[in-house]
Amino acid sequence: MSSKTRPVLLKVEGLTKHFPITKGIFRRQVGAVKAVDGISFDIFEGETLGLVGESGCGKSTAGRVILQLYPATAGKVTFKGRDLMALSKEELRRQRPNMQMIFQDPQDSLNPRMTVGSIISEPLVEHGKFNGKARRDRVEQLLESVGMNREFTNRYPHEFSGGQRQRIGIARALALSPEFIICDEPIAALDVSIQAQVINLLEDLQEEFGLTYLFISHDLSMIRHIADRVAVMYLGRIVELASSQALYSTPLHPYTQALLSAVPIHDPKLERKRKGTILVGEVPSPANPPSGCNFSTRCPRAEDRCFKDSPEWREVSQGHQVACHLV
Amino acid sequence: MSTQSPILQVENIATRFRTQDGFVHAVNGISFDLKKGELLGVVGESGSGKSVTMMSLLKLLPMPPAEIVSGTAKFEDQDLIQLNTNQLRKIRGGKIGFIFQDPMTSLNPVLTIGYQLAEPMREHLGMSRRKARKRSAELLELVGIPLAESRLNDYPHQFSGGMRQRVMIAIALACDPKVLIADEPTTALDVTIQAQILDIVKRLRKELGMAIIWITHDLGVVAGLADRVAVMYGGFIVEEAPVEELFANPKHPYTQGLLKTLPNLEGERSERLETIIGQPPDLYNKPESCPFAPRCTQTLERCRKENPSLINRGKNHKVACWWNPESGVKV
Repeated sequence: MSSKTRPVLLKVEGLTKHFPITKGIFRRQVGAVKAVDGISFDIFEGETLGLVGESGCGKSTAGRVILQLYPATAGKVTFKGRDLMALSKEELRRQRPNMQMIFQDPQDSLNPRMTVGSIISEPLVEHGKFNGKARRDRVEQLLESVGMNREFTNRYPHEFSGGQRQRIGIARALALSPEFIICDEPIAALDVSIQAQVINLLEDLQEEFGLTYLFISHDLSMIRHIADRVAVMYLGRIVELASSQALYSTPLHPYTQALLSAVPIHDPKLERKRKGTILVGEVPSPANPPSGCNFSTRCPRAEDRCFKDSPEWREVSQGHQVACHLV
Repeated sequence: MSTQSPILQVENIATRFRTQDGFVHAVNGISFDLKKGELLGVVGESGSGKSVTMMSLLKLLPMPPAEIVSGTAKFEDQDLIQLNTNQLRKIRGGKIGFIFQDPMTSLNPVLTIGYQLAEPMREHLGMSRRKARKRSAELLELVGIPLAESRLNDYPHQFSGGMRQRVMIAIALACDPKVLIADEPTTALDVTIQAQILDIVKRLRKELGMAIIWITHDLGVVAGLADRVAVMYGGFIVEEAPVEELFANPKHPYTQGLLKTLPNLEGERSERLETIIGQPPDLYNKPESCPFAPRCTQTLERCRKENPSLINRGKNHKVACWWNPESGVKV
């Protein structure tokens, strides 16, 4: 599965999102929360790119800016050769069926007053796809493809468990036959025994419909399982990007190394022998990131230059990119 | 450690909640021992009854709607379940400490950290204000908060999530508890912060030697921390064993399934995740058969009729399951 030979579906260049901090009655801007601070990567057709990081690192904001749900501060997003930011509102709307999103909390992302049928058919209505019986058939067919009973169309979300609700959310995302889906922590709210069901479903659907995923998660073990390539984010920037295999076997950035060693593994013998790096301190505020490398304040190996110069984003071996002075 | 007499002996605790649609049977007869200085990991998914069990012990549940239907909890020759509120107040936060999941909501936002730390010591140990304050600073230092002395005057909102959880641990430790109950204390935290907290707990255990009940849904955390593990499902303990034995040789189909569904961080990457089919049990139905039977891969006829009790199967290894491939007898 060499992603190198595949065409690029989505290209992100220098994407930046700063939320302004305002003060006073004139709402004068006094600063900015640098949620996403210049990230670049490609997503190839048919692959799953994992985006990992801890809370507040900007991974969800990145997903939303890519889909133009928030306007970007700077940067460029090219989807199938089209610059999404240059499109008019109407043109962008016509692109939407191609790019969908699955949200974290199936409790909040489904309208409790709508039936399952109307939730799933809403995108079809909105974009004028299918009518009458054809639309009903499509909804039933979608329910079936996410492993649910066709008869459920007249039920309401509260009648379902978390895992089933997430399936409804997935069916809605699939309704317009998208090519690209951003999965924003789709399993974080689910129990362990249900997580595997949803992950397997996402993998089956990817194979069946040739989908491309950007899979946002904080769960490093799950990302390892599902992603072909993985990008690690810290404080608004991507610090390392590599194939899943390379990232987990030879992580280069000190943050990736620390992050991996902090994940408890479910084997008492191994877990007790493991000597992990425990990072000191906490993530700085994105409103006031440190000068130089963003990770310098917590990095166990930081040198003088790390506090002064921001490290360059470069490729150290084929397909393995990292932003660190020490690599 | 295993020869010591237990410090806490829980027998047949059952708790239910009265709702408009009938009873929710959250905990259905739980028994376990906690030995001195031991760390017991309690693992289960949401709704398995792990929190409700522990909260029942100290009557931390709103009653009504909660009702403790049966059970005893022997702690220092007293039955906790029989104690009234005043008697329990002497134990809560004193000899038995509690850490809750969410450090954002378990601290009082309008009181300083120093006040909240000193309160249990003044209440339980009758310490003077000055002495309690000195001890508070020591406690904050113990859990790794820098500039402890000066931070006593700060309010909870001035601390980050990880720091607040450290404060919660410090409060729970204030009166030198014999038993510490920690309810998912790291679930709301990021992995790098979780690693810091787990490190502190491992260190403090050695230094202070209290017994700990650690409730979690994360098998990885339990693997690194616990001496013994109890696995809960549908309001029952379905398996209980020393940690290495449980992970090396799980006997209940639920435990086996749970361990198989987890993706690995190291070693071979699995092509496809194993799943446990179906959904968690509906707790409105009073369990009269094995709660896991509808999702089990080994269901026997008996599983749908009778509920198996937790019995010894091997050294210190208890399982509640009718399916027993080792016995060779078909039930």
